[in-house]
Amino acid sequence: MYRILDKEVIAVKIVKLKVEAPEVAAKAKPGHFLIVRVNEKAERIPLTIADYNQQEGTVTIIVQEVGFSSRQICNLEVGEGFLDLVGPLGEPIKTEGYNKVVCIGGGLGNAPLYPKAKSLKEDGTEVVSILGAQTADKLILEEEFDEISDELYMATDDGSKGHEGFVTEVLEDLLKQEDDFELAIAIGPMIMMKVVSELTAKYSLETIVSLNSLMVDGTGMCGGCRVTVGEETKFACVDGPAFDGHLVDFDEQLRRQQFYTDQEEEVKQCQHVGGEHQCHKKE
Amino acid sequence: MSQEGIKHEMPEQDPIERINNFDEVALGYDEETAIKEAKRCLQCSNPKCKAGCPVEVDIPGFIQLVAEGKFEEAAKKVKEKNNLPAICGRVCPQEDQCEAECVVGIKDEPVAIGRLERFVADYTSDNEEAKEIQQDQGKVAVVGAGPSGLTAAADLAKMGYQVTIFEAFHKPGGVLTYGIPEFRLPKEVVKREVAKIKELGVEIKLNQVIGKIKGVDELFEEGYDAVFVGTGAGLPKFLGLEGENLNGVYSANEFLTRVNLMKAYKFPEYKTPVYVGDKVAVVGGGNVAMDAARTALRLGAEESIIVYRRGRKEMPAREEEIHHAQQEGVQFELLNNPTKILGDEDGFVTGMECIRMELGEPDDSGRRRPIPIEGSEFRIDVDTVIMAIGQSPNPILINDTSKLETTDWGTIITDEETGETTKAGVFAGGDVVTGAATVIEAMGAGKKAARSIAEYIDNR
Ligand SMILES: Cc1cc2nc3c(=O)[nH]c(=O)nc-3n(C[C@H](O)[C@H](O)[C@H](O)COP(=O)(O)OP(=O)(O)OC[C@H]3O[C@@H](n4cnc5c(N)ncnc54)[C@H](O)[C@@H]3O)c2cc1C
Ligand SMILES: Cc1cc2nc3c(=O)[nH]c(=O)nc-3n(C[C@H](O)[C@H](O)[C@H](O)COP(=O)(O)OP(=O)(O)OC[C@H]3O[C@@H](n4cnc5c(N)ncnc54)[C@H](O)[C@@H]3O)c2cc1C
Ligand code: SF4
Ligand code: FES
Repeated sequence: MYRILDKEVIAVKIVKLKVEAPEVAAKAKPGHFLIVRVNEKAERIPLTIADYNQQEGTVTIIVQEVGFSSRQICNLEVGEGFLDLVGPLGEPIKTEGYNKVVCIGGGLGNAPLYPKAKSLKEDGTEVVSILGAQTADKLILEEEFDEISDELYMATDDGSKGHEGFVTEVLEDLLKQEDDFELAIAIGPMIMMKVVSELTAKYSLETIVSLNSLMVDGTGMCGGCRVTVGEETKFACVDGPAFDGHLVDFDEQLRRQQFYTDQEEEVKQCQHVGGEHQCHKKE
Repeated sequence: MSQEGIKHEMPEQDPIERINNFDEVALGYDEETAIKEAKRCLQCSNPKCKAGCPVEVDIPGFIQLVAEGKFEEAAKKVKEKNNLPAICGRVCPQEDQCEAECVVGIKDEPVAIGRLERFVADYTSDNEEAKEIQQDQGKVAVVGAGPSGLTAAADLAKMGYQVTIFEAFHKPGGVLTYGIPEFRLPKEVVKREVAKIKELGVEIKLNQVIGKIKGVDELFEEGYDAVFVGTGAGLPKFLGLEGENLNGVYSANEFLTRVNLMKAYKFPEYKTPVYVGDKVAVVGGGNVAMDAARTALRLGAEESIIVYRRGRKEMPAREEEIHHAQQEGVQFELLNNPTKILGDEDGFVTGMECIRMELGEPDDSGRRRPIPIEGSEFRIDVDTVIMAIGQSPNPILINDTSKLETTDWGTIITDEETGETTKAGVFAGGDVVTGAATVIEAMGAGKKAARSIAEYIDNR
C-alpha cells in the first residue's frame, strides 16, 4: 500500500495529499503524472504530481471531487492509502532557457501548473502568474504561487477575489502591455485552455497546455487518451500530457470527455454492492 | 488402442446460455474421456508432435501416463518443459503446432493434445509441494510479466538464479490478464500459474514501468547481472480513418483492458465503465477480433459484426475461436474494409462506411492480397467500432534504453537462437521481438533466453 502521510483540505472539495512513494519521488519531474487505484474495485485514476520531495520520499497530489472516484480519493484519511500507484508517467515539461513566462491556471489546474512554475523560477525565469477560480473560496495555491511569481494576478467569476471575470481577460490586458513573453503555460478546464490558446495565437505567443484526457493504462497501450495535435493523432499519456495549445483539437477533446457521462451518473446513483449489475444482462 | 476416428468432444456451455455470462466456454475432459483420448495416441518412436511444440514438451510421454491413469505423473512430465500448462492447454493454436504434426491426423483427426494438456494441468492444480531452490547463481531482472517474462523467470529460478520481475500493471499475466477474456481463460487459472512461479522464488514487483521509474542501465547499476525484456506488443494500431477519434471507437486493447483487467463487465460494482451500443463492428480477423466481438455480445450488444478485408480462409484467428464466435451469433462481413467512421454532432459514432474487396495475387505473407472494388462503398449502421488490426511493440522501454537496436517495425533485434539483443547483458523475447504472435512462441522465446542468460552469467 502507498500510505497517505498528510492530508489537508485546501478549498471546497479540494484536498492535498502527501503520499509515501520514494521510488516515484526520486524520478518525478514537473509535468509528470501518476495513476492510482484505491482498492480492488476502483478505477485507475490519473493525477498530476503537484509536488515531490526526494528526501522524504513523498509525492503530493491535489484532488478535486468531481465524481465517484475522485470523491473516494478525497475521503481517504491519513494512514490509509492507495492499493496501487504507478508513475512517474508522461513526458516532463521543459523549463530551462526562458527569460519570461506567463503561467495561467484555472480551478484545479493551478495544481499541475505549480511544479512547472516553480521549476521555471528555479531556473531563473521571470514568472508572471494568473490564477482563476469560480469564487475566492475555490482558489487554490495562492500563497505558493505568490512565493515563486514575480507578478501574481487573480480572477474570479464573481469578483470575490481579484479581477471579476475570466483569466483570459487578465491575460489579454497583459499581452497588450507587455510583448516580451516567450511562453505561456495554461492548465485548467478544457474550455479555458482553448480560449487561452486562441488568444495567444493572435499574439504568436508559444503556448503549452496540459490535457486531462480519459486514460486507462497511461503507458500508450490502449489508445484511449487519443488527441489530435496538428494533423496527427497523439496519445496524451506518453506523448503528453503537455502539447502545443495552438495545434490541439480542443473541440474533439471536449466531446471525448463527455463519453462516459451516463455511466458516471449510474455509479453515483447506484449504491449497489456485490453481484453482476442487471442492466448488463440480457433477458 | 483405437486410433481411428475423431477426437473426443470436450463439453461446452450452450451458446444460448453462455452469451449471458463470462464463465468459461469449454469445460474440460473428465477422467474417463481423457484416458480414452490418450489411448488414441500411437506412441510414435519418432514423435512428430513434439517437434511441433515450441517448448519441447514430451508429448507421447505425458499422454502415455494419462492413458495409464497416472495423472499426477503426467502433469509432472508436462511441467518439466512448460511452466504455464493450464494456459497453453486453453489458448495455444494446437491445430497449427503439435496437433498439425500428429500422424493420427493424416487419416483421422489428430490426438487432442491441447485438451489433454489442459486436463492434466487442471487435475493437479492444488496438491503440489513447493521445493526450495538455492538462488545463488546470479541476479536477473525480467521486464514484463507476460508469458515470455514468466517463462524466462521460472526457468531461471529453477536453475538457481535470483529473479525479479518488473511489471507495469497492477496484475501480472500480460495479455493473459488484460487481453484474453475470462470466458476463454479464467483469471483464476492465470493467478494459479503465476502463484506457482512465485513459489519457485521469483519476486514480482507490480506498478513499475521500466523506462520511467528506472531504466535498464539502472537495473545493472542495482546489481542485476542480466536483463530480459518481455514487454510485449502493447501499442495499438489504428487505420488513420476520418472519424476514428469519435466517441464509441475503441482499440481492442482499450475495450478488452476495461473489461478484463478492470472488470467493467461487473460495472457498477467495479467502477470502470465501458460503452457497448446496440450494434458493434469489430475490424480485424484475428483472435483479438474474435475476443472483442464475443465480449461485446456478452455486454449486451444486439449485433456484433466482424469486418475483415480478406475471406474466411485467410482469417488468422484460431479455428476454434471462429467456430465459437459463429455459434454465439457473431456475424461476419468478409471481404470488406472500412473507409470512414461516421458520427453525429455530439461526436458519437453512428455508422461506418466500408468498401468491398476482392482477392488478388498472393502477397509477401503468402495470403491473397485484398483489392478494393471501386465504387462499391456502402454504409453499415453501428454505434460502436472496435479496431483489432494489430499491435506493435510498446516503445517506452526501448526509447529509454541506449544501444538497443530495433527494426523498422519497432521490434527489438535479437539473435534468434539466444535472444541476445545488441546491448550487452540484455536479452529479449516474445511479442516485443516478433510483433504480435502467440503465447507459446513467447514462452519458447523466454525459455531460450533463460538458457542463454544462464550461459552468459556463468561465462562472465
Ligand atoms: C494527466 C492527467 C492529470 C490529472 N491531474 C489531476 C489532478 O492533479 N487533480 C485532479 O483532481 N484531477 C486530475 N485529473 C483529472 C482526474 O483524473 C479526473 O478528475 C478523475 O478521473 C475523475 O474521476 P471521477 O470518477 O471522480 O469522475 P467521473 O465520475 O468519472 O466524472 C465526473 C465529471 O468529470 C469529468 N471527467 C472525468 N474524467 C476526467 C478527466 N480525466 N479530466 C477532466 N474531467 C474529467 C467527466 O466528464 C464528468 O463531467 C488529471 C487527469 C489527467 C489525464
Ligand atoms: C485479445 C488477445 C487474444 C489473444 N489470443 C491468443 C490465443 O488464443 N492464443 C495465443 O497463442 N495467443 C493469443 N494472443 C497473443 C498472445 O497473448 C501474445 O502473443 C503473448 O501474450 C505475448 O507474450 P509476451 O510475454 O511477449 O507479452 P505480453 O503478454 O504482452 O506481456 C507484456 C507485459 O509487459 C508489461 N510491460 C510492457 N512494457 C513494460 C515496461 N516498460 N515496464 C514494465 N512492464 C512492461 C505489460 O504490462 C505486460 O504485462 C492474443 C492476444 C490478444 C491481445
Ligand atoms: S504424433 Fe500423434 S500419435 Fe504420434 S506420439 Fe505425437 S500425439 Fe501421439
Ligand atoms: S491511457 Fe492508454 S494509451 Fe494513453
